[in-house]
Amino acid sequence: MAAVGGGGLPAYALRRLLLAIPVLFGVSVLVFAVLHLAPGDPAAIMLGAQATKEDVERLRRDLGLDEPLVVQYLNWIGQVARGDLGRSIPLGRAVLPEVLLRFKATLLLTAGALAIAVLLGLIAGIVSAVKQYSWLDRMSMGVAVTGVSLPVFWTGIMLIIVFALQLRWFPSSGMSSPYGSGVADVLWHLVLPAVTLGTASAAALARLTRSSVLEIIRQDYVRSARAKGLAERAVIARHVLKNAVNPIITVLGVQVGFLLGGAILTETVFSWPGLGSMMVRAIQARDYPLVQGGVLLIATTFVLVNLVVDLLYAVFDPRIRYD
Amino acid sequence: MTDVVRVFRRSAAALFGLALVLVMAVLAVVAPWLAPRDPDAIDTARRLAPIFTAGHPLGTDEFGRDLLSRLLYGARISLVVGLAATALAALAGSVCGLLAGFVGRWVDQLIMRSIDTLMAFPYFLLAVAIIATLGPGLVNGMVAVAVVNIPFYGRIVRATVLAVKQTEYVESARALGVSELRLALTHVLRNCLAPVIVAVTLNIGGMITALAGLSFLGLGVQPPTSDWGSMLAASRQYLNVAPHVAALPGMAIFLTVLGFNLLGDGLRDALDPRLR
Repeated sequence: MAAVGGGGLPAYALRRLLLAIPVLFGVSVLVFAVLHLAPGDPAAIMLGAQATKEDVERLRRDLGLDEPLVVQYLNWIGQVARGDLGRSIPLGRAVLPEVLLRFKATLLLTAGALAIAVLLGLIAGIVSAVKQYSWLDRMSMGVAVTGVSLPVFWTGIMLIIVFALQLRWFPSSGMSSPYGSGVADVLWHLVLPAVTLGTASAAALARLTRSSVLEIIRQDYVRSARAKGLAERAVIARHVLKNAVNPIITVLGVQVGFLLGGAILTETVFSWPGLGSMMVRAIQARDYPLVQGGVLLIATTFVLVNLVVDLLYAVFDPRIRYD
Repeated sequence: MTDVVRVFRRSAAALFGLALVLVMAVLAVVAPWLAPRDPDAIDTARRLAPIFTAGHPLGTDEFGRDLLSRLLYGARISLVVGLAATALAALAGSVCGLLAGFVGRWVDQLIMRSIDTLMAFPYFLLAVAIIATLGPGLVNGMVAVAVVNIPFYGRIVRATVLAVKQTEYVESARALGVSELRLALTHVLRNCLAPVIVAVTLNIGGMITALAGLSFLGLGVQPPTSDWGSMLAASRQYLNVAPHVAALPGMAIFLTVLGFNLLGDGLRDALDPRLR
């Protein structure tokens, strides 16, 4: 991102947007490959052992499997561009509305987890760095390395045992009660899954925030600020945190990817009606169009999140030259 | 080297991590001698027995199979598959990084753009997508998790290669007529060793978790093989009556991963002179 160039932020944004195109192309090729690299005849696998030869032939034709691979890809990407992600055979419905509905639940879970991760992770990381080698630092880093090592699916189960089955404070599964409604009910169901998913991310965020802040605290300009008699609080706020924003934003972008991936496990543990739990069932049912739709939607979201992260990076750091 | 050992030995956390890893490795090796029973032997009369039941120190699962035996055999699967997947990723990633950094030009472009594409996917989602293609199973799970981690090693090795290529001793070796291949295999590769070793130790924990996660979803190791992830998945039906069946395999995953993470942190601190 170095080098000099004209045009400022808008030109940089456009350039960064153009750079996302080959990545999205690569993503589309990989998602396309999910169906076409599968060993055996996908049509026969999708229909199962009961299907007749005619059924399999018809599905092969419907899916265009008898065309050359490049033609198949172009047909498929053309359909995707028109918002047609194909049909799910077991569900008997179009894929797009199905995945969009599920995606809302995944986004809600991810957002809840991110909020917890940012709140806990940033505070712990900054405090640890500022009070390096204090008991507070040692304790929060101890908790963080524990949190990073906890498998989310186990954390979720343990939280269910304690807070849902024993204490009965929160529900153990689903996104709403049969007779409940409204935002409060959904939030009540969100607590345990979001804490489960957010904890691991908070731990990673705390460790990375600590090292970014420490790196800045060691810089000469921080030493100069202290030497000229500036109060420690002002040094941290004006010099350290301002410069730590960028590495932290980058880490946040990476964490969104972690959360979107971890959501698959968390949703399965809590029967959360999101894309992740849907995809696991779709894989077991060999429902390729549904899997492709889900993977495409999540991966595209992640590419866009990274794009926003890079743009924020440029907004927050005027030293970045746009070329 | 003595410096590295000294820094490592000063860290209590790193030593604790090393101890955890060693204990798990020893348990995995001696599992057949230590396990009180056959891990797959079903005893329907003793289903979901609690901890400290006579003959079953850690109780039994939903089929009356001995949990201690299953946990011990599970350690073998987790460690072997975790190490194999890590080795596969490190090898493939290092070759990619070496080629990209050393050959440069279009080879570099091709490899790095492919790595960008792999990294455009959330880590665990890509593994699940690969399983969707290859089908569930132990070997496929291992391949999926390995492929997902190739970018991690590729980028580390490429960065190291680019830095080493600029050094004077590589320049002088080239001036002396040492062939490019030999340069790559001796000077450059040797310098990549330390960062790759640190990366491997930091990465194994994540690999073991990811593989257990795939098995938990029913996409990795398949029943009746005793594997911590699939044991955890089966335990979900009995959380109310037998929470220990869920607690124990998760604890085993956690302690193993914690051990590798602490060991990795310690090695990184010892091998990274900037932190001294």
